[in-house]
Parts: sequence; C-alpha cells; structure tokens
Amino acid sequence: MVIFIALFLHFDMKQKYTNAKRIWYTLAYKKYRRVKRMNDDVILRLDKIEKSFGTNKVLNGIDLTIKRGEFITLLGPSGCGKTTTLRIIAGLETPDGGRVLLEGKDVTDEEPNKRNVNTVFQSYALFPHMTVEGNIGYSLRLKRVDKAVIRKAVDEALELVQLSGFGKRMPHELSGGQRQRVAIARAIVNHPKVLLLDEPLGALDLQLRHQMQIELKRLQTRLGITFVYITHDQEEALNMSDRIAVMRDGTFEQVGTPTEVYDRPKTSYVANFVGSANILTGIVGSTAGGLVEFSNPCGAMLAKADGGNYAPGREITVAVRREYIDLVPEDAAEGGAGKGLAAVVREKRFAGGVLQIIAMLADGSEVVASRHGIDSPLRTGDKVTVTWAPENAVIVDSEGAE
Amino acid sequence: MSGSTRVSRKKKGAGLSLLSVMPLYVFTLLFVLGPLVYLVVLSFLEREEVWGVVNRFTIKNYLSIFEPIYLKTFYESVKLALVSTSLVAIIGYPFGYFMAKLNAVWRKRMMMLLMVPFWISSLIRLYGWIIIFRANGTLDWILMGIGITDAPLKLLYTYPAVAVGMVYALLPFMIFSVYSSAEKLDWSLVEAARDLGATRWQAFRTISLKLTLPGLLSGVVLTFIPSMGLFFIADILGGNKVVLVGNIIQEQLMKAHNWPFAAALSVVLMILTSLMIRMYRLITRVKDLEGLV
Repeated sequence: MVIFIALFLHFDMKQKYTNAKRIWYTLAYKKYRRVKRMNDDVILRLDKIEKSFGTNKVLNGIDLTIKRGEFITLLGPSGCGKTTTLRIIAGLETPDGGRVLLEGKDVTDEEPNKRNVNTVFQSYALFPHMTVEGNIGYSLRLKRVDKAVIRKAVDEALELVQLSGFGKRMPHELSGGQRQRVAIARAIVNHPKVLLLDEPLGALDLQLRHQMQIELKRLQTRLGITFVYITHDQEEALNMSDRIAVMRDGTFEQVGTPTEVYDRPKTSYVANFVGSANILTGIVGSTAGGLVEFSNPCGAMLAKADGGNYAPGREITVAVRREYIDLVPEDAAEGGAGKGLAAVVREKRFAGGVLQIIAMLADGSEVVASRHGIDSPLRTGDKVTVTWAPENAVIVDSEGAE
Repeated sequence: MSGSTRVSRKKKGAGLSLLSVMPLYVFTLLFVLGPLVYLVVLSFLEREEVWGVVNRFTIKNYLSIFEPIYLKTFYESVKLALVSTSLVAIIGYPFGYFMAKLNAVWRKRMMMLLMVPFWISSLIRLYGWIIIFRANGTLDWILMGIGITDAPLKLLYTYPAVAVGMVYALLPFMIFSVYSSAEKLDWSLVEAARDLGATRWQAFRTISLKLTLPGLLSGVVLTFIPSMGLFFIADILGGNKVVLVGNIIQEQLMKAHNWPFAAALSVVLMILTSLMIRMYRLITRVKDLEGLV
C-alpha cells in the first residue's frame, strides 16, 4: 500500500516536474524570441529609393535597414535629401523608384494615414484652432477611441513631455520649447512603430537644445520606439544616436555607430563633416606592421593600414582629428623618416574652452590642432613639426580607388 | 518738473493725432451718419399729396410694411438671398479653395480671368444673360440642338433666371474671400493630420475647412447682403414677375415719390441685414469654441 502510494507520488511529481520544465522552456524560448526580436528584428527597410523633383535628382537609390528600437540619425547638410527620405518614410512623398518596407510589408504606395508611423515636423505643425489636449488627442479621436481613454492617454503623454497642466492652453500661448514638446506628445500618443523627427530642435536656443537632447534620448529609451532623427548638427547626432547615416547629395557616405563614424570615417567628407578633421594626402612609401608610411613634399608620416592593402607609390588620403595632432617645436623634434611634417604656426584661436592652433605646411595647406585650456608655449611664427600617433591617422576615400 | 513736461508733451501729441484723424470723423459724420439719421427721420414723416414731405410724425409707414403684399416681398427677397448665397457658397468655396492650391503662375492666370469681367459694366453683362435666357436664345438653342428639350424653356423673367443672375454677379466675392483665407492656410497642417491617421476627407473636414471657415463666412456676408438689394438684377432678368425689396424701394422712390415709405423699407432692410450679420458672428464664435473633430 505504502509502496503503491510512493509510486503514485513519484509519477505524479515526475509529471508535474516535466510540466514545470516544459513551461520553463516555453518561457525561456519566448524570452529568447523577444530578445532576438529586439536585437535583430528589422522594422524598416529602404530599398533602392530614388526621387527627383523635376530635373533635380534628390535621392540616388538609397538603401537603409533600421532595427526595432533603434535611434538612427540621418546627418547631412541642408539639401542632401534627408528630409525627402523622411517624407518618403512617412508617405507624404512617393518615391520614383524603390520600396519602403515596414515590418516586412511593402508600404511604398500606402497612404500616410495607413502607416503606423508618426512625424514631429520641423515647424511643429500644431493645429492652431485646437487646444494642447485637442492636438495630442487628435489621432485617437480619429480612431473613435472612448473619451475617457483619450483623456488618460493625453494626460500620460503630457506627463511624459513634462507639460502636465498645459492641456487647456492654445498653441499660440506656448513658448517654442513647449510647442516642441506638444508636437512630440502628439506624435507618440498613438504608439507609432517608428517616430520620425525632422530637425526637431533646430528652432530652439542652445541651452534648451542640450536639455531636449537628453530628454529625447531618455524618452526613446523609455518608450522603446524606433526613432529616425534628422539633423545637420554633428554633435547632436554623436550624442543621441545608436547609429548615424551620413548623407551627401542623395546618397549615404557612411552608416555606422557614432564611434565608427568618428574614429573610422570612410571618406574625407565624413571625416570633415563629423568633428572636422585634417585631411592630408601623400604617396605610400612602405607598409609594415599594420602601418603605412606615406610622404609628401612637407615630410613623411605613418597611418593605420586597418587591414587595407596599400602598394608603394599609391596616392592616399589621410584624416587626422584635430585633438590628435601634436605640434613639436622644431628644435625639440627628433629627426628620421616618417617623423613629421614641417610647418609654421600661423594663428591661435580660443573658443569654448578649446585652443585651436593653425599651422601652415610648406605646400600652403593648413593643419589645425586643438588643445584644452588656453596655455601653449607656441607662438605665431614658430617653426614646428606636425606629428601624431600612427593609430590616430585613418586612411579615407580608399574604396573604389584601388 | 520733468514729469509735467512729459505730460504736456503727451497732451500735445494726443491733440496732433486727433487733428490728423479729424478729416476721417468729419467725413464719416457728414456722409455716413448724416444720411443715416436723415433716413430714419424721414421714415417717420408723412408724404405730401404729389411730391415732397410734410413734417408731421407718423408710424403709418412702418405699419403699411405689414400689409401682405410687402411682407411677401420681404419673404421672397430673403428666400432668394438664401438660395443664391447657398449656390454661391457651393460653387465658390471649392473654386477658391482649389485656386489657392494652384502654383503661382496658374493662380495669377485664374485671378486675371476673374478680374476681366469687372472691366465691363455689370448692367451690360446682365443684358448678356437676356440673350442666353430669352425664348429661342442661346440656352434654348443649345439644349434643343442636343435634344434635351423640344420647346423653348422661356426661362427669362422667371425666378431661376434672377437666381442665376445673382449667383453670377456675386460669385467673385465669395471666391476671393475663400481664396484669401485658403491661401494663408499652412498646408503642413494638413500633412500633419494625414500623418496622424486622417483620411483626405477627415483632414479636410477637421483642418482645412475649420481654418478657412472665416473666409467662407465673410463670403456669405458679402453675398447675402447685396443679394437683398440688387434690384436691377430682378428688374432685368425678372421683368416685373420677380419683385424684391430693392425693387419696391426703387419704385417708391423714383415712381411713386413716396420717400417716407421708401425710407421705412430701407430701415427695415438695414435692421434685417444687420441681424443676419450678428447671427453669423454668433455662429462663428460658437464654432470656434466648440472646435475639434
């Protein structure tokens, strides 16, 4: 009898244990799927998008893949096609060629109201005849959501952008920064899959802009919404983004993380546009130990090869950040091959806690070195040698030039 | 010391500015308020047997307006004004709205096309409508030619002919008024609405229409008031079959020489139209407050 009960208990426990194990596995798998989705899931894909206005070609077949929950910034000067790209994603513009895929679904010809994508416009575009509440609740009212639910959602959105209690005001009674917040609240109240922001901080003053950068980034992390952000301000892009797509004349020059774009620019354009670098050219002399020695009429220096294969005699372009440049007084310089370019200090400029020393090379081109603090033993007219640590010199523009 | 000089300077300035706007007041008093007072006074006086006015107070003029024939005329006038205003709004609003959406070149061309008719006297243009409407006129010729009708419609000197004339004469005012408010419309608001999930129609209804409503309403006022008084349209296209308040006033003044009665009719017409304006104002203000989808 006892044995019987023991046996029964044994099987019962085993059954329960297996069940528990199964449940645990399912949960673990679900969690794995969720994490995988967070990491790998492509939410938006642009496939060879082309667009012209009249004879003016604005986008030259751009490709871009955006992951779920990512903060991606399109960075470029005005007229590079970044706003057009955004408008095509929103559906406010139809591309001449290519496809827009939202969660794998082709939405190229979908009306803007059919896409679960919302925009924060550069001009904010708040409805002047509606209160702040009316503006924020607009998309929900269109969906005929219950009034109490709308009120709750609007209150939550207002709290998110720190404007609680402003609901009854009209847009013209708000300051620029407050309007900005209302525009953001209006765009996120509907939980869009992708939020598009067209230079949202462009009209704000510097201090407010820094504050809003931090707030926007926090908001994005908290909501987990994919942000596609447009700016021409490289600092903003470097501060906030998971990835940056540097645009120029309707194409992407480079797409990568802020570190990649800053430390390993692929082209001289990127090197210059993101954190202005010094661009130098020279002829390859020798390659050894992952370093390339190159020379020009002003002298010889080393650059990082970064896996590339550079035959002697080939012309290369090298980018070196201002803060990596060393200016050594001539009498203190050690001689030898690959040990610097000769230059003369021409000007010293102090701005924003950074001292910029501009030196002119023998061939007339300029090199800018930056230092923290105002102190420097160098004087205008001093003869110096321009040097840098080899790992800080990046060879650019090498693609397609082989 | 310095305070007193400031005050005196201020007074001097005020005096100067008063002097500079004086002509405006004088002009308004002389040519707007004066005639108006005269009109009201006149409406309470008695008429002389054949010609002129007797300075004796009476309210007989106002009482006779309540005779059925005159009441009917008022009713007919308001009805025609309502019909033609609605027609003008239905045609003019889309016209003005889409004109604002055209590019600059086409906008200019449309504007030109709208302005050209104004270079010709409106009377002459109305005579043009006689040619179109009369029996066996242009309209009949076309309709019978296509085979829609077998016999002449005899549209001239009917109510529809007068309504068409009114619409024709007043349409530009509506178009311009709607156009000027649609032109100021920020189209990025419509894009924002579409982006937030509005269909084309919803975006129009909740954004474009709401924001161009002032233009539409001022167009309505600009159409409604003249259409009560444009007697010559009723005269030319309505013969003596369509009689409006404007016609009676003109008749009493020019033919019957009953100036007091004409004045009384004018005063009533004026009160009626100002009531209408007040009503429109109320409607627009309520709309503004109510707002939203």
